[in-house]
Amino acid sequence: MTRDPQAKIILSQNAKPQPLNAVSAAMTLGWRALLKIKHVPFQLFDVTVFPLMMTLMFTYLFGGALAGSPEKYIQFLLPGILVQTILFITVYTGVGLNTDISKGIYDRFRSLPIWPSAPVFGALLGDVLRYSIAAIMVLTLGFVLGFRPQGGLIGVVLAVVLVQVFAFSLAWIWIIVGMLVKSPESVMTTSFLFLFPLTFASNVFVDPATMPGFMQAFVAINPVTHLANASRGLMHGEPDFGSMVWVLIAAAIITAIFAPIALRMYHRER
Amino acid sequence: MSYAIEIADLRKHFGTTQALGGISLRVAKGSVFGLLGPNGAGKTTTVRLLATLLAPTGGSARVLGHDLLTEAAAIRSKVSLTGQFASVDEDLTGRENLVLLARLLGHSWQGAKQRASELLAAFDLSEAAGRQVRTYSGGMRRRLDIASSLIVTPEILFLDEPTTGLDPRSRNQVWDMVRDIAAIGTTVLLTTQYLEEADQLADRLAVIDHGKLIAEGTSRELKASVGSGTLKIQLQNPAQRPAAEALLQTASKSPVQSTVEGLSMQVVDSAAAMQALHQLTSNGFEVAEFSLGSPSLDEVFFALTGKLQASEAAP
Repeated sequence: MTRDPQAKIILSQNAKPQPLNAVSAAMTLGWRALLKIKHVPFQLFDVTVFPLMMTLMFTYLFGGALAGSPEKYIQFLLPGILVQTILFITVYTGVGLNTDISKGIYDRFRSLPIWPSAPVFGALLGDVLRYSIAAIMVLTLGFVLGFRPQGGLIGVVLAVVLVQVFAFSLAWIWIIVGMLVKSPESVMTTSFLFLFPLTFASNVFVDPATMPGFMQAFVAINPVTHLANASRGLMHGEPDFGSMVWVLIAAAIITAIFAPIALRMYHRER
Repeated sequence: MSYAIEIADLRKHFGTTQALGGISLRVAKGSVFGLLGPNGAGKTTTVRLLATLLAPTGGSARVLGHDLLTEAAAIRSKVSLTGQFASVDEDLTGRENLVLLARLLGHSWQGAKQRASELLAAFDLSEAAGRQVRTYSGGMRRRLDIASSLIVTPEILFLDEPTTGLDPRSRNQVWDMVRDIAAIGTTVLLTTQYLEEADQLADRLAVIDHGKLIAEGTSRELKASVGSGTLKIQLQNPAQRPAAEALLQTASKSPVQSTVEGLSMQVVDSAAAMQALHQLTSNGFEVAEFSLGSPSLDEVFFALTGKLQASEAAP
């Protein structure tokens, strides 16, 4: 494949366009995130498969013992599994950023005359779709296994939205991790080190009533517990306003602390 | 003459490490300027400073008349950087990479698609346009990377080691592209470890090492100090090497190096090489093998500084 000697580098014919405004730039970078999901769908499955397996395992292995029957247990488990699934996927925001920096794409974006934070917000926009696809997968499996939410479609959608709001606040932390560690794999390992205790030491799988005191104390302050309560309440038509407010306040605090740090670190030269 | 880039005593430290120890340069508008040096010389740091990706520790620079410190945004809108490692998204196709950047630079979706098609054709990537970049060869990635820098024709194009790691054919393609880009009036500042590359492409060169400017001038000026090539001689009898070295040293003014591989010296032209060989044979030294080639970067440093560089940069 030798180069056609006639092929000359072509000048841009049009007048120099005005660089995109901040919102359009972030939207365009969100489009990039969508393309990545299209080309590498596996990145969605490897984090989703684990919660799906947990759903099957817990429902059929422990469901009868824990709640009398697998059908009864899945009503309890599924809203919590949704929380676990989406929180696990937030790690990919940090993984993606780490990859961009190590591959030099970050430099390319930074040398463009666009709003410097656009790549971060673009990645977060792409996450909306990623979270939503994962939620649909989990809910579909739930319905097959006999999950019947009393709150109807509206309750389910509101629960997914609430979980996503919290997920966005958590993503800021992984963005920071993504800039601190060397490789995408270490972003994964570091984040899971936090996410495993956070999602298991909660009421996602079992009622904490039989746990030892220190564990109950942790479960009670774990935001995942409140998120699972809120998700259950909405899906089953019995909104738990206390937990919902708790979740929103936690999300606001996490974002207020970590988003400025993350953006500051993102703009720092390297 | 008007200058695209004017650098005065530019310095950059990373913590306690000095990457750039104060260099001053001027690059004429519309020219191709080569920054030559081994790994870790400060080439990439210089380019990243000028493309506003780094902030200098000291000194000043004007890029297209804009101050590096206070008018970074204005500079960014007029220059393009192609980094050392192809900064393209491997997950996306070649076309998607270009459309994305064209969009970000302000083209409409329609305009972005059209511009991507034009560039894919000009860079011989039309056939591979729909494939993910992870399937591309090194040369194809590099071409896509350079195409990405030309979506909006820049006034200055920074190319950081554009041919490192490429096979000779891809390297020649990149050279052709650099010539085409220069032909449309864009100022090109390229860094390289290869004297031959700088010689082929650049109107003027600067040699830097350890963050310092060692020499600057046209290729011809540099060659006058370095010699146009290296004469390498192997003697039939290696025991005669010290005597032959002494003879050549006194006969020519340039320094002679003696290594296990034989003798090497810089010569101005082929006539000088013939003369040196003649001197050896007429004094009873039997020459087993000789060759005349372009000086390596190590030899350039040797000629310019009189010191042997412990660099792995020589091709």
